[in-house]
Amino acid sequence: MFEINGLNVYYGVIHALRDVSLTVSEGEIVTLIGSNGAGKTTTLRAISGITPIKSGEIRFLDKHIEKLKATKIVKMGISHVPEGRRIFPDMSVLENLQMGAYLRRDNAGVQEDLKKVYDRFPILEERKKQMAGTLSGGEQQMLAIGRALMARPKLLLLDEPSMGLSPIFVKQIFEIIKDINKTGTTVMLVEQNARMALSIANRAYILENGVITMSGDAKELADSDEVRKAYLGG
Amino acid sequence: MSFEEFLQQLINGVSIGSIYALAALGYTMVYGIIKLINFAHGDILMVGAYVGYACIVVLHMPFLLAMVVAVAVCGLLGVAIEKVAYRPLRHAPRITVLITAIGVSFLLEYVMMALVGAESKAYPDGSFGNGQLSVAGLSINTQQLYVVAVTIIMMIALQYIIKRTKIGKAMRAVSSDADAAQLMGISVDKTISFTFLLGSALAAVAGVMMGAMYTINPLMGMQPGLKAFIAAVFGGIGSIPGAMLGGILLGLIETLVTAVGFSAYKDLAAFVILILVLLIRPCGILGKNVREKV
Repeated sequence: MFEINGLNVYYGVIHALRDVSLTVSEGEIVTLIGSNGAGKTTTLRAISGITPIKSGEIRFLDKHIEKLKATKIVKMGISHVPEGRRIFPDMSVLENLQMGAYLRRDNAGVQEDLKKVYDRFPILEERKKQMAGTLSGGEQQMLAIGRALMARPKLLLLDEPSMGLSPIFVKQIFEIIKDINKTGTTVMLVEQNARMALSIANRAYILENGVITMSGDAKELADSDEVRKAYLGG
Repeated sequence: MSFEEFLQQLINGVSIGSIYALAALGYTMVYGIIKLINFAHGDILMVGAYVGYACIVVLHMPFLLAMVVAVAVCGLLGVAIEKVAYRPLRHAPRITVLITAIGVSFLLEYVMMALVGAESKAYPDGSFGNGQLSVAGLSINTQQLYVVAVTIIMMIALQYIIKRTKIGKAMRAVSSDADAAQLMGISVDKTISFTFLLGSALAAVAGVMMGAMYTINPLMGMQPGLKAFIAAVFGGIGSIPGAMLGGILLGLIETLVTAVGFSAYKDLAAFVILILVLLIRPCGILGKNVREKV
């Protein structure tokens, strides 16, 4: 369903991604793990058309998307929950969710999805009139995910959804991701919390200094010595 | 100063302040979305005044229709300026864009001078109503009432656009976080164009009213442009209610300083108060402390 081939991204003279290739099949949760600065966020931003790429191809549903603008990519069905949540703090919770459905014209469908998001995150319905900046970190993460779901994506890109959250919220967020996947959305998950990410993913890629160094079944990787030493604390 | 005189000055201040506020809105919206002080904004107001003049004098249009035409012409002019002059510099250092804006300002002023000459012109008498109303011992110029009324209507319309419409919400989203807005599928380019359209349209409204109240010349935009910029900073640059409040307050301060006999010092007073406000609240009256994004 989704494929990256030989992706190269530069920031000035820094070669941030080197020949990155990966695939995501329909219905999967695929995680991209690696340490800080490895290029995980860059990969997602390149997919979404925010960070320009030097070379390589990105295909989604058999169409090339590497030259498309961000708007078109969203329209095709890729939603991106950015690192640090990036909700609109001075807009209400409801307005944030409406922004997620910005490109949609099917009002009935949007209302239906709004209801689904409220069912999934009842706290958002309770706070729909509140400014999003007043929500707690965990609630903001829920809002960021809910906002992305409002586009009714086929592929959901999640960048560090557990960042800065308390352990209880971290568990909850991963349960939510599993559930979103079960209801038919393919997920690509970028995480520093490798243990949690590997526990819910089907497959995983490990990114180091802009290069994919390992890939495979998430369970197998979690059991491999190298991964345990480097990412799971022994 | 008697109480009647004070009320009279209050009305004067609110009406000139309304003009500043209308122009300040353009500064603050553009700043909010692309962090540019658009120094050509005052000159768009001047173009609006000339378009209104041409519509009334040459084409014999009624005043309101002339204003509508000026709004349309200036709206498109604002969009064109952004596209040609500022968009190619989107990722350039801010100072580059700022200097470009000053260049655009000179371009508008001197192209207009080449087209219509440097001498001042006046709208025909009475084109914007010029009666006197006596209310409770106060004599109110009907022009001042119209200015305030038009400004209130514009501000309500603007609030409606920004708060309720899809494109208005997109403006707020792009102002607050352009990358995140793009991830929603919002086109940043289109949203910025719309912001210039809106800001320039409001400047045109201010320009036509100023033209009708005073005289017009190709450099007439400089002074209200500067004042509107001050008003926007005063109220908190980037804040829409701040620009409205800043404009009205600036008009009031100037008028009241003039009224007590210090007309030569009205600009001085305005700046002193601006400096004091910025010392106490560096982000302006209604501005927000800017959190640096990482």
